[in-house]
Amino acid sequence: MSRSIAVLVAGIAAVVMVLSKFIVPLESAETTVAEWFNAAAAIAFVLGGASLLKMNLLTISARGPGWGYAAVTLVAFLITLGVGLLKVGVPPSAAFPDHRMGGTPDAEGGALWWIYEYLMSPITGTLFAMLAFYVASAAFRAFRAKNAAAVFLLVTAFVVLLGRTYAGVFVTSWIPSDVPWVSWLRLENLSAVIMSVFTTAGTRAMIIGIAIGVAATGIKIMIGLDRSYLGAGSGGGNG
Amino acid sequence: MSQFQGTPGSPVDPAVARRANRLMIAVLAVVAALLVVRAWVGTEVGSGADAQVVHGYGMVFVEAKGAGHVQVPAAEWAKAVAADPAQQRVTVSGPRTVGVWAAALMTLAVLSFLWRDNPVYKLAESVVVGVSAGYVMSTAVWSSLVDQVFGKLAPGFTKAYLSPGLTTTEADWWALVPLGLGMLLLCRLSARLSWVGMFPLAFVVGVFSGWRFVQYVESDLLAQVATMFDPLYVTGPTAAATVGGTLCAVLVLVGVLSVLAYFFFSLEHKGPVGGAARVGIWYLMITFGASFGFTVMGRIALLAARCEFLFDDWLWLIDPAGKH
Amino acid sequence: MASHGGTPSAFARLDRIDRRWIFLAMFVAVAAPILWVGVTGKTFPEAPTPAVQGAFDAVESLPSGARVLVSMDFDPASAGELQPMATAIVRHCVLRGHSICAMTLWPAGGPIIDGTMQDVLGDRPDWTYGERWVNLGYRAGFEGVMKQMNSRVSLAYATDVRQTPLAEIPMLKGITGIADFDLLVSISAGYAGAKEWVQYSVSPTLTGAKPLKFVAGSTGVQTPQLIPYYPNQMAGILGAIKGAAEYEYLVNEAVLKADPAAVVPPRFQEAQRRMAPQLFGHVLMVALIVLGNVVFFGLRGRESRA
Repeated sequence: MSRSIAVLVAGIAAVVMVLSKFIVPLESAETTVAEWFNAAAAIAFVLGGASLLKMNLLTISARGPGWGYAAVTLVAFLITLGVGLLKVGVPPSAAFPDHRMGGTPDAEGGALWWIYEYLMSPITGTLFAMLAFYVASAAFRAFRAKNAAAVFLLVTAFVVLLGRTYAGVFVTSWIPSDVPWVSWLRLENLSAVIMSVFTTAGTRAMIIGIAIGVAATGIKIMIGLDRSYLGAGSGGGNG
Repeated sequence: MSQFQGTPGSPVDPAVARRANRLMIAVLAVVAALLVVRAWVGTEVGSGADAQVVHGYGMVFVEAKGAGHVQVPAAEWAKAVAADPAQQRVTVSGPRTVGVWAAALMTLAVLSFLWRDNPVYKLAESVVVGVSAGYVMSTAVWSSLVDQVFGKLAPGFTKAYLSPGLTTTEADWWALVPLGLGMLLLCRLSARLSWVGMFPLAFVVGVFSGWRFVQYVESDLLAQVATMFDPLYVTGPTAAATVGGTLCAVLVLVGVLSVLAYFFFSLEHKGPVGGAARVGIWYLMITFGASFGFTVMGRIALLAARCEFLFDDWLWLIDPAGKH
Repeated sequence: MASHGGTPSAFARLDRIDRRWIFLAMFVAVAAPILWVGVTGKTFPEAPTPAVQGAFDAVESLPSGARVLVSMDFDPASAGELQPMATAIVRHCVLRGHSICAMTLWPAGGPIIDGTMQDVLGDRPDWTYGERWVNLGYRAGFEGVMKQMNSRVSLAYATDVRQTPLAEIPMLKGITGIADFDLLVSISAGYAGAKEWVQYSVSPTLTGAKPLKFVAGSTGVQTPQLIPYYPNQMAGILGAIKGAAEYEYLVNEAVLKADPAAVVPPRFQEAQRRMAPQLFGHVLMVALIVLGNVVFFGLRGRESRA
């Protein structure tokens, strides 16, 4: 019964959102729903934090392997949350200089800003930067020109890799740039052609296909055929 | 220290592990020695008569401005000290300098994973997980919940104690709806009540799918199909431009149709459809090759940014942006 | 794989190479050029591509005093790629005299707005907050925020980050919905970002009386996904750090053309400096792929001969 109500809620919400695009009186419903949606999205972040708290507390209390790291995570989370919610060290807003809570929580000089600038920012930046090393290792170990299609892919990759830097300009500098019939063969121009013609065509087709898929999924949600968002035991599946 | 050991892994030859540990300690010792030498060598900040030699690095200088401080280049400090050695207007900021060092050490901690997994990396990873969750949660609360939920339910209290710029003057009880949805969502934390969280989830999924239905069809289907009706004959200022433009337009049209043929599985890929699908594969290979090139470009840029931080902000080996 | 004589061949040794040597090669390929550029100050010349030129022309063609909405939809993880383009576009708007309304859809984007505006406006005391630029900050909701802004910006943002009601901000007088802005710029690292702006805010206006002009800056990963929207649904794209370098070059050239004696501050050449490590990193990638294939086919040849 509860699952049926949930499916009904999803279907009605979807239909109202679609109709609000075409029926003017429903536009206000759309903006109201957007407001509720945004608030729910903010609460979803709270849910994420609470879930982190719960999982780490469970690991610590069970003294599971690596529970020390869970304690570190918990301490870091609680300190950050505390200084953020209490706006520790935040300078007051210029519009309300006498109100302690007037400034933004991550304003420069505050404790949350310090955590963002000197802990969160460098660590997340470095975690993503590590991918450069792994892509190099993968390039050496995995990219094999085993068939014609793979050769096509690799040659294109070479053209783009070199053409997007000065290396491409240097390698094909001997091709005259003022003769349009051959200048497109210069690597920097060739990489632009690859992007504007072949990548555009391939990605455009994928976008069209995905749009059709999204529309089909939307219809399935509206009529209750797709209940996968309800989790296990939803029944009906994807129809 | 079993609380900092991960799940048991495959057994490692103790001799190999000892050799690896000795090598790691040797590398760390060399790095520490280099850092000490760097400090001893010093850096000249400022120019001309204002120049000062600073035996240290990774420092951040600030100037008092209004209620707080603003970061200034080290050259400003050199100029201020040259004018008045006892000045206190431009000083070294303790918290920010500690911050730069913490950032540098955390950067090295994360990079140490490239050698092998180790407790220092795991520590940095644990810190960032906690800090990120706390940051996002506090930002979401202040930027959205305080004004848009609490401010609408209790505008007087919110304006007086939390958000002085609140524009709402009268309570709007419709804000109970998102608050209720949020409370139901939070029930997912409980094993017994998690089924209640299905309703706000259904609401979100329904709203999302309705929005996406309209916008994907309008923007990604209709608008993209419309581009395929652009003229194939493209005129340019020169004959070469005309030929090139026309050829490109034809190639794009052929490419879109052939890739769509490849992804259309309701018809067997034989005959003309099969031929079109094979052409589509070539287009896709070129697309993925270009995507790979762009991905590599992106990753290397991120690594370059971190290296710049280490060499510029921390070690003061270079100063391309004139920060010190 | 041992050779006929029992000792591993060069191909076999290379095939088994510890990946940490590859990591070291990548680090040297990136770090050495950074040190070289840092010491010499030299950068490589840039030639703008049509998509970047389109973005530049979109900002350049606006009448001075136009109002530009800049959405900085990225976090520190992608700042290495996107911060230079955010700085370049904001600087271009400032040089053209356009008013800037900054916002972000990413929770960690708030300090990025502060940092960018401080970097560009640090030596511009004439750029008064509220009159020439405003910071709306972050709002949760992704597409929900866009939907609200399409009808009324004040639905999503009742106040700016300084708690000033939008109705009291001089720069935003006459702005009701997002289509009232003269240009929308999104510097985006993923979801929610440029693609969603095109879908939710730009495309609905294209068949109307006043199509919303849109320019995007994106990471290398996202750029191929946005290319199909150019030029019909967006005026230009800055793709990855190369796009940022080309845009910086265009802006700096415009500055020098207006005043040949002008000195471009080094902080506005960040992307151009980063093209040096890009070059060596890319060459290393090509070399690794070629070497890997040489090793693969060499081993396969030995196996078939054996």
